[in-house]
Amino acid sequence: MIPIKYIIPEIFLSISIFSLIIFGVFKKESFSAVYKASILIISLLFLMILTNDNEPIKIFNNSINLDNFSIFVKFLILISTFFILIISRRYLVDINNNKFEYPIIILLSILGMFIMVSANDLIVFYLGLELQSLSLYILAAIDRDNLKSSEAGLKYFVLSALSSGLLLYGCSLLYGFTGSTNFEIISNSIGDLKTGTIFAMVFILVGLAFKVSAVPFHMWTPDVYQGAPTSVTSFFSVVPKIAGIAVFIRFMYVPFNEIINQWQFILIFISIASMILGAVAAIGQGNIKRLFAYSSIGHIGYAIAGIAAGTENGLKSTLIYITIYSIMNIGAFGFIFLMKRGTKYIEEIDELAGLSKNHPMMSLSLLVILFSLAGIPPLAGFFAKFYIFMSVIESGMYTLAIIGLVTTVVSAFYYIRIVKIMYFDDPRKPFENDKEYGIYTSMAISCLLLITFFLYPSIFSEILSNISIY
Amino acid sequence: MNFPILSSIIFLPLIGSFFVFLTKAEKNERNKSAIYVSIFTSVVNFFLSLFLWYSFDNTTSDFQFVEELNWISGIIKFKLGIDGISILFILLTTLITPICVISCINSIKSRLKEFLIAILILETFMIGVFCSLDLVIFYLFFEAGLIPMFLIIGIWGGPRKVYSAFKFFLFTLLGSVLMLVAIIAIYWIVGTTDVTEIYKIQIPKEFQYLLWLAFFSSFAVKLPMWPVHTWLPDAHVEAPTAGSVILAAILLKMGGYGFLRFSIGMFPIASEYFVPLIFTLSVIAIIYASLVALMQEDMKKLIAYSSVAHMGFVTLGIFTFNKQGLEGSIIQMLSHGLIAAALFFSVGILYDRTHSRLIKSYGGLVNSLPKYSFFLMIFVLASLGLPGTSGFVGEFLVLVGVFKSNFLVAILASTGVILAAAYMLWLYKRVIFGNVSNNDLKKISDVNIYEFSILIILTTLVIFFGFYPDPLLKTIHVSIDNLINNYNLAIAKAVVLK
Repeated sequence: MIPIKYIIPEIFLSISIFSLIIFGVFKKESFSAVYKASILIISLLFLMILTNDNEPIKIFNNSINLDNFSIFVKFLILISTFFILIISRRYLVDINNNKFEYPIIILLSILGMFIMVSANDLIVFYLGLELQSLSLYILAAIDRDNLKSSEAGLKYFVLSALSSGLLLYGCSLLYGFTGSTNFEIISNSIGDLKTGTIFAMVFILVGLAFKVSAVPFHMWTPDVYQGAPTSVTSFFSVVPKIAGIAVFIRFMYVPFNEIINQWQFILIFISIASMILGAVAAIGQGNIKRLFAYSSIGHIGYAIAGIAAGTENGLKSTLIYITIYSIMNIGAFGFIFLMKRGTKYIEEIDELAGLSKNHPMMSLSLLVILFSLAGIPPLAGFFAKFYIFMSVIESGMYTLAIIGLVTTVVSAFYYIRIVKIMYFDDPRKPFENDKEYGIYTSMAISCLLLITFFLYPSIFSEILSNISIY
Repeated sequence: MNFPILSSIIFLPLIGSFFVFLTKAEKNERNKSAIYVSIFTSVVNFFLSLFLWYSFDNTTSDFQFVEELNWISGIIKFKLGIDGISILFILLTTLITPICVISCINSIKSRLKEFLIAILILETFMIGVFCSLDLVIFYLFFEAGLIPMFLIIGIWGGPRKVYSAFKFFLFTLLGSVLMLVAIIAIYWIVGTTDVTEIYKIQIPKEFQYLLWLAFFSSFAVKLPMWPVHTWLPDAHVEAPTAGSVILAAILLKMGGYGFLRFSIGMFPIASEYFVPLIFTLSVIAIIYASLVALMQEDMKKLIAYSSVAHMGFVTLGIFTFNKQGLEGSIIQMLSHGLIAAALFFSVGILYDRTHSRLIKSYGGLVNSLPKYSFFLMIFVLASLGLPGTSGFVGEFLVLVGVFKSNFLVAILASTGVILAAAYMLWLYKRVIFGNVSNNDLKKISDVNIYEFSILIILTTLVIFFGFYPDPLLKTIHVSIDNLINNYNLAIAKAVVLK
């Protein structure tokens, strides 16, 4: 019997994508309708997964693993995409990029991520990854008349294709040495054959590190973040990161679980390098999108520190971290979408000077988000870091913890520099924006979550309590 | 469960700040309702804490008014409680806050509402620090205070406000993150971050030294000790009056409180081991900061350096581990809280009128400001430790304690008292007496009713506790005895094990 009922969300998503394409092609001026339909589809998918009471199960000859872990990650992907679609709609209209393909490609990439995060088999995983990546290439270059966007798309495509190639090579090596593409079988047989599988592990690690933009595979991030339209940047900085980290966790904890001694040091290095680069390189940035690119590199460093701990607490802390990171970034990009005069969008940080006089509520929200990104208690960002370092120190990695916490001080510098520009400097010309209730609501939700998180900080650990990946 | 009085004292200002946030100013008018709401909140909070002191049982060293809530499930409890040491700091905080609120009615010209919100939120965090009985909660409140203070210095500060605000923020943050590592390490070593449990369990000796250093890095920056004191003069000079007052009166005391509650309580062996380090740094701080204070041309900077010197006495007293030293250091912190607040407030009064803090732009103020000169004299004398003021009680007890444990250090520290007399009296002479240096000074008005009420409150307290410190000492006696007993027990145990 084909276990159809377990993959109803994915089937529903595919069917909706095809119908939306047909609808978009045959109807003129269909951007608005397709956009709204996509938001609706995401909400429906959300409800579908929420009401789903299936037991965790492996289907299709153990190639798809629908455990609590993948369901949680899918939740996160859907919620983040929902908010990002809401905050970026006006921007797309303003830059005259209201093509109906845009939301459809986002849905396609989500389909890819769904497959990717629940994959339990190298081939299924790679299928999902490619579906996701190809959609992302198109998204980066979607503003095709804009030189920077095309450049960003091309750069991203070339580098990402290279990393996919490395990843695929690693997969083939892994298959060659273990004789299977199934994660569990690989996990069982990997302990005996060391040298060859380490090569495979390193290749796969490189590919994954590229996808989450960890140092030293981060080079594309600042250019793509800056060049791509802001709506795409906001998507890039949240959703593919969630999926990438989830896949990262699954690879490290399932197939490579037995050779933890081999990958732990690599991850510690990647983590430290990302934290330091993210903290130091962002200091001199004048473009807010570029700054958030470096900031996201730093945050990925902290998330990887949790994975490097190699324990169940480490896994959970990484998931909590990436969740809170998404909340903060959605709020921050909501703010960036409000930085405009008329239909002209502004990306220079210096233009924020004295913002607190002209737009008190807007700057208060960014203040909360920035202090949270810097990890100052009692905001949620502190708890994210707290959980990470709890698990890191549990594994006895004091050096990683101390370096990580010292880099938070360095990164606090550039976050509070923005606060300084908004609050201490003399005002400039105010922004002009209409009442954007979608963005206001998203930012308000983000800030409220960040502020009130300390009332019930164990909410995520309770949600995650029954998540086990082994 | 009884009425959660500690939580009410902690979170009342936060609720008050929310109502301040809701108030609206009439066009072109000062936001009166915001002022009323914040005065009301802070005064009610002061009376609540007076009630707390009244119902406090000073015959037991156990933690009282303990509140416990499950917070991060299975890991950390939200645990509050006070003993004789913390209650006085809570009183100091709730006393200083309404004074700051009243003082900013005149001195804050722009964005008054935001300023009041920041002060009230800061009060919540400060009281939280003194009440928390869990390391993570303590860290949470300890760090959270950075945000409002950063904004207070940065938004309402003087010309070099950005530099000072950043220096304050980054220095303190860097010191504290090491403490966070230590707190998490403690969790994995002993399995809890509940302070009362850790007192009972005793952290293994080999871990104590590094953990002590990590906590020390945080408290030394906050206190501040030489050589990490450099943020303090900058922050004081640039902060608005109310900011300086809070900084000097309460934020600095968090460092001393941290040493008392955590360093000695949790790491007795390491504390004994590092006594030479503390003594050296404290003596350097006392002498060096006093000498630097002599050379200052800016009044606020002078008082800031004198704070560094006075805090040197506090650390000396704490690490003598005898009754006189420990009680003296607590009294010294409390009286410095009152005196430094009063001095910064006095400088603020002058600054509001002439917009200068330089000593050389004043002179002969006694002619035009007789009342002001009288009050300033009392605070100057209290600051140099004249008998009959609270400053004397603290310094005297500390020096008695230090003489007991180390003669040389005591002699060196005593020179600090002489130097304090030199720079404070010289300051007073240059500002108040002598020729009237410029004619603008003749026109300025004497203290108004708000300022008078604040000054009279502070004067009364300084003199009252100078003559009769018994209410304070009675409150802390049992807790200090208990602290010393636990310390001696731990040291004796370590010697036996050797």
